[in-house]
Amino acid sequence: MSLELFLLLAAALLAVGLYGALSQQSIVMIMMGLELMINAVIVAAAAFWFYTSADRPDGQVLVLVAVAAMAVEMAMGFAVTTAIFRARDVDMVDSAADLKD
Amino acid sequence: MVQTVVFAICAVASVAAGVAVFRVDSMARATLALLASFVFAAVTLLLLELSYLGILVVLMMVMEMMIMVVFMVMYMMNPAGLMPMTMVHNNRGALAISIGVFVALAAGILLLPWPTPGPPAPGDPTRDLAEAIMGSKMLVMMVIGMVLFATMVAATVLATDRGRYDRYGDDLRRREPDDPIRGGVGR
Amino acid sequence: MGESAQSMPLWGVVLLPVALLLLGYWAAAWSAVLTARAAGTPALGALAAPARESARLLVQQRRTVPGADPLLWRVGGAVVPVAAVLAVLVVPVAGRAAGDLSVGVVWFNAMEVLIWAAVWTVGWGANSVWGLVGAYRFLAQGLAYELPHMFALITAALGAGSLRVSDIAAAQGGLWFAVLMPVAFGVYLVSSLAMAYWGPFDQAVGRDLSGGAAAELSGVDRLVFCVGRYLMLAAAAAMAVPLFLGGGAGPLLPEWAWSVVKTAAVLALLVWLGHRLPTVRMDRFTEVGWVVLVPLTLLQALVVAIFVLVGW
Repeated sequence: MSLELFLLLAAALLAVGLYGALSQQSIVMIMMGLELMINAVIVAAAAFWFYTSADRPDGQVLVLVAVAAMAVEMAMGFAVTTAIFRARDVDMVDSAADLKD
Repeated sequence: MVQTVVFAICAVASVAAGVAVFRVDSMARATLALLASFVFAAVTLLLLELSYLGILVVLMMVMEMMIMVVFMVMYMMNPAGLMPMTMVHNNRGALAISIGVFVALAAGILLLPWPTPGPPAPGDPTRDLAEAIMGSKMLVMMVIGMVLFATMVAATVLATDRGRYDRYGDDLRRREPDDPIRGGVGR
Repeated sequence: MGESAQSMPLWGVVLLPVALLLLGYWAAAWSAVLTARAAGTPALGALAAPARESARLLVQQRRTVPGADPLLWRVGGAVVPVAAVLAVLVVPVAGRAAGDLSVGVVWFNAMEVLIWAAVWTVGWGANSVWGLVGAYRFLAQGLAYELPHMFALITAALGAGSLRVSDIAAAQGGLWFAVLMPVAFGVYLVSSLAMAYWGPFDQAVGRDLSGGAAAELSGVDRLVFCVGRYLMLAAAAAMAVPLFLGGGAGPLLPEWAWSVVKTAAVLALLVWLGHRLPTVRMDRFTEVGWVVLVPLTLLQALVVAIFVLVGW
């Protein structure tokens, strides 16, 4: 095991998540892609902590922040989805494109 | 050696489960595949001696995915995947971008000189983390706390369809809220 | 992962699931005795009822449902007993646990939350309306009991100043945590009932849904699911002993015997409560959980924290 291997895992997870976030039409599926990307951040931050600065807790705090970001993303994502769905019965990003007007 | 094998299995399984999320038709299977991806990634955290954070990720992800699955089933047509379906836009472009990102990141990872391993953790990493967030990094935790509180309020406001005027009447004079289902504490 | 030097010998690790199964049988038999007493039939004969029911389920042919998701259905049912066994890995017997993790309390919590995924998956996989309604009921109930449960666990860890379960048991030399933090202990018992969907919190597999999440289960699948439920109840009772009841401390008998006696007693209490109390709707329990139990457990944690700061 080395830092490079962990970073490769993180890069792969990030790429998969990015594909999902870019290609999916449903808001819920897009959020799954975002979660995968945040998971990549968690793995990368933990690996950086272990291999470069295990004597300082900074990397661990970064992992905690990423976990909290995940929770916030999910709660707000579902709340917005629910609000949009109530207002116009859609859950696809393409159908909500007029929100930019 | 054992650790390397475990890491290899978990890394491959994590990415494979991540890919499966966007390949399967059933929304339940997609959510549980995402959960599997998180759990395998959490095992690699355990290999890094982050026992607390690794188990925390498992704990949180199980709960989060179970909430997510409710919304998946609620908002997707054909949630059980009884018929094949694809709901994607610009599939080729997304595929090209994400492969490009992975190649660029991998090239950077393999070509850049990374710092040599530093000193190991002096004591119990969990205790280090606890003392950091209650000491030097307290500001971070306070901000996270405020953000989470704001999220709770904002999410409730966005998601609820009955405001206080619905519950307490137009002039807010009703003593007992008019709820479709009464709660458990006698209101 | 920070195991302590005093880990359990290998035969102990093998014996642990067997001991959990025996405790689970004790819970099932006691439940059958209570049912028989209420029905006025001989109580002694009910002691063998779980064995008879298991044999019947073993030879019963499995039914299938059109449109079911067999993979998720079977895996979900199997996760229930597996999660229970994994959860007791951190429970110390005679001062030694199979895996005495430095974060044992968090481990127990994570394994116990697996039940959410298991019950939901079982309910979903059957492609039955009753199953899915039961599954959703359990998720709602989970949101109600999980936070008070976490605060109760954390309060015990706070009192001992450690997340390691054997440290928590050892910290109760003078006075059991059940006496020092009665609110946390009570909430822990309530959440134990809720996490095993037992007793007043059994709406997820309720009779009004013809079995809820378990409605379509039959044969071996049903056996695994039901055994897992008793194992989960037993695991929760076993964890209560080191957390709140002083671990293996007691006069005369050896430590492991006291652990078993206390676990069996807590288990009997839980099963009895489940038979005595009327079923609680989870929409009502949710409000109780968030409006009453969460503030109570927070206050309890605050009191314990102050005590720890001033040094008891």
